[in-house]
Amino acid sequence: MTFVAKPRVHHPKLPVNEIGLTRRDYEGPVSTLCAGCGHDSVSAAIVQACAELSLPPHKFAKISGIGCSSKTPSYFLSKSHGFNSVHGRMPSVATGANLANRDLYCIGVSGDGDTASIGLGQFAHIVRRRINMLYVVDNNGTYGLTKGQFSATNDKGSTSKKGLPNLNEPIDLVSLALQIGASFVARSFSGDKKQLVPLIKAALIHKGFGFIDVISPCVAFNNHQGSTKSYDYIRDHSEPVVVTDYFAAQEEITVDYAPGTSEEVHMPDGSVLCLQKLDEKFDVHDKVHALNYVQTRQAQGEVVTGLLYVDPDASDCHEVLDTVQRPLNELDVDDLCPGNAALEMVNAGFR
Amino acid sequence: MSINDFVIRFANVNGSGSASANTMFAKALFRMGLPVATRNIFPSNIQGLPTWFDVRVSARGYLGRRESVDIMVAMNAATYEEDVACLSPGGYLIYDSTKPLARHLRRSDITEIGMPLADLLLSEFEDIKQRGLFKNITYLGALSALLDIEFDVITGMVATQYKGKDALIAPNIAALEIGRGYAQRYLSCPLPIKVRRVEAAGDRIMVDGNTAAGLGALYGGATVCAWYPITPSTSVAEAFELYANQLRVEENSGRRKFAVVQAEDELSAIGIVIGAAWNGARSFTATSGPGISLMSEFLGLAYFAEIPAVIFDVQRAGPSTGMPTRTQQCDLISAAYASHGDTKHVLLFPSTPKECFEFGAQCFDLADRLQTPVILMTDLDLGMNDSLSDPLTWEDGRAYDRGKVLSAEDLEAVEKFGRYLDVDGDGIGYRTYPGTHPDKGAFFTRGTSRDEYAAYTESPEAYEKNMRRLLRKWETASKLVPEAVITSSGQRAGILYYGTSATPMPEALDLLEEEDVHLDTLRICGFPFGKEVYKFIEDHDFVFVVEQNRDAQMKTLLVNEGELDPARLVSILYYGGLSISADTIQAQISEYFTQQKLPRLTEVKS
Ligand SMILES: Cc1ncc(C[n+]2csc(CCOP(=O)(O)OP(=O)(O)O)c2C)c(N)n1
Ligand code: SF4
Ligand SMILES: [Mg+2]
Repeated sequence: MTFVAKPRVHHPKLPVNEIGLTRRDYEGPVSTLCAGCGHDSVSAAIVQACAELSLPPHKFAKISGIGCSSKTPSYFLSKSHGFNSVHGRMPSVATGANLANRDLYCIGVSGDGDTASIGLGQFAHIVRRRINMLYVVDNNGTYGLTKGQFSATNDKGSTSKKGLPNLNEPIDLVSLALQIGASFVARSFSGDKKQLVPLIKAALIHKGFGFIDVISPCVAFNNHQGSTKSYDYIRDHSEPVVVTDYFAAQEEITVDYAPGTSEEVHMPDGSVLCLQKLDEKFDVHDKVHALNYVQTRQAQGEVVTGLLYVDPDASDCHEVLDTVQRPLNELDVDDLCPGNAALEMVNAGFR
Repeated sequence: MSINDFVIRFANVNGSGSASANTMFAKALFRMGLPVATRNIFPSNIQGLPTWFDVRVSARGYLGRRESVDIMVAMNAATYEEDVACLSPGGYLIYDSTKPLARHLRRSDITEIGMPLADLLLSEFEDIKQRGLFKNITYLGALSALLDIEFDVITGMVATQYKGKDALIAPNIAALEIGRGYAQRYLSCPLPIKVRRVEAAGDRIMVDGNTAAGLGALYGGATVCAWYPITPSTSVAEAFELYANQLRVEENSGRRKFAVVQAEDELSAIGIVIGAAWNGARSFTATSGPGISLMSEFLGLAYFAEIPAVIFDVQRAGPSTGMPTRTQQCDLISAAYASHGDTKHVLLFPSTPKECFEFGAQCFDLADRLQTPVILMTDLDLGMNDSLSDPLTWEDGRAYDRGKVLSAEDLEAVEKFGRYLDVDGDGIGYRTYPGTHPDKGAFFTRGTSRDEYAAYTESPEAYEKNMRRLLRKWETASKLVPEAVITSSGQRAGILYYGTSATPMPEALDLLEEEDVHLDTLRICGFPFGKEVYKFIEDHDFVFVVEQNRDAQMKTLLVNEGELDPARLVSILYYGGLSISADTIQAQISEYFTQQKLPRLTEVKS
């Protein structure tokens, strides 16, 4: 596939933000993901959040691992540098990028395979390191780019494209993030802009590690014979995928439901997802309660969405390491080199 | 009678505090102006297993390992047998005579010097733990008398070592005096082997390569260090942090102008280094062979994505534990070609602590200039042992070469920015740091699927074009790495070596001269090899290649990269895990001459 430049049509009527820029200034080239892929909705939400916050669109570092989800940073904020790195290792690259320049907004995009399987170790440790960033997992419960294998977030009992049941327990990323000390933890759904955009905005301005697990359906790998969930519904409403290398264009799945209510979402794999939106009264400062709540609802078959926990006084890695205010990448020889006189003193210590 | 020329070996139990006493012994001799080299041979163990500490003193300044031992301080009953056996005829055995030496351990060709150490300490120190600790100091005191070491040099060192912990000074001095007093009263002092103050060490320093490398990173401008503990590289990161905390803090705020992250593993360590370097900070990691293996995927990405990254590889023997705390030069191939796809990496080979410092700092300039990973290939022998070195120096006013980086103003002047365009014909494109300019210079970094403007493509032509450019860059690298060091007097045969194989070389060459074997020499300092390396090989009928691994890895690189006839390179190999000795080199070369029936006399080419 070759890169397609997106025509930049000037829309005089597009609203401008506080720094005089329109949404267009935050976008990227046309996505090469499947039409209807939830990941594209997440990218759009990031664009909207950054534009609404009036952040300078070139002051981001976009880091990702490998996967369909990890390709997305090339489809938003094209005025910023991006780095499509190594499968499962986005957290380390993001750590380095953030250490080098604390002034950039750091956005890490990953997939559930990228984060919960190959990258689970790095995920756990970036949480512990408290890197000041927005960490998004486009969670589709499958390996999109390698064509539909189970990921570690996939529910036990659901079946793969080949009809094999998943026998392993799922990893719940928000519970894990809460447990190991993330200072901002949220879950949302790719098609729920009303909820997702504010969450992204909040995570971006949060100082510390901001984690959002975004359920983001994969529309390509939806051929789940024998699913315990309502496969029939989806078969009647969508193109059945028979030929494995043909993926019919799908509609983006969107939801719009009020805080404190639940919503059933019919996923492309035939399953029904029961989202439960936290209401405004939910105490977002009580980590233990949040963990309890997520687990209790999960046992009832519900997936809680919304902001689960935030510590507004959180510290970040630079505070912990007590680094200078100026970005490290701006320091030059005068700042960094102690000079020969100091070295002579060091030598004296070796005599 | 021998003055300032011997090898003394201390056989101890790991974790008994012997290392600091033994280091103090070596340092005392160094402070008397003697060239000394130390080698700590330690197990993968914290406490209990045997450990040996060799100190070589050489009037002629030889610093390499010598095979024979003249004085054995046998303090580990578990290894008595092998320790006694390794003494040269005529040597001296110093042992704790609280228990008599078993009959089968006795040798008629050595001198046994028994000291009732345990008994001596029993009457002096009540605490059993103290007795254990001071045992080492007590034999140090005895050695001062036996070898005629200036006593105030040693007591002075105790005072500096325990500065601030004054309560420890008195008992240490007391223990020294017990040993010294006993030796003076009951043993014939000094021995025929002894030391005498000279000025041979000059203004040199005694330091380990890892400390020097850590300082190299500090002076080279590294601001991000990410690492995962592994012997023998750990002390590189520790030294960097120690000196950075002293020398790299902001004046008023006291804040740090550096960040050190102990990562969760080597994958993460190299990822952090690459992320920081991508974002314009000089960054490095220190590791050893297993770490290089783990970092391989990332090293390939950095090669293709053209990101400067500095890795200090302190080499050690093979996998798991045990032998890995022994030294080898065994990561050459895995480092040079680390990763998937067609990859090659720039390597530097220091052979002294001073070079660990200088090459260590230079790595950062090279990585920035070449926009690629650069690996400093040192080893356990150099990294963890104190050795004599010229003092470290830094030329004030020296700027860092940050390579081709475009500023916002530069970008204004550029019509269309192409990250991977070979504008200058040296294979190196211009890079931009994230966030430099509102509209220009941003690009998306990926592995290989991109064109010269960093736009996504899977076109075969674009891929091949890019790969050819990377070869041009490789060619540029061969001109930038430190040149080989050559000495030539027009001999027919040459000898080529690198890293710590250089340490025993002056002695080996002297030994060979005595046999009328004369060789021109070349010490490799960098990879890719410069033209001078191939010319040297071309100019000689055959060239010995000395290395400390089984598979002749440097020879493989030479043959492969230079398309050389392997028959012209004769391998001299040692891979037992101790550092290669002059005796080994001399024996193997001598054997080659005998086998090939080659004339020994100098045959200078006309
Ligand atoms: C080291 C390594 N192993 C395997 C792969 C192959 N691979 C590419 S993407 C992927 C899974 C991606 O899944 P996920 O992170 O969930 O992303 P999605 O495509 O579902 O968005 C795998 C296994 C790889 N690129 N690198
Ligand atoms: S395969 Fe799935 S995850 Fe990948 S782009 Fe298509 S819909 Fe999205
Ligand atoms: Mg996935």
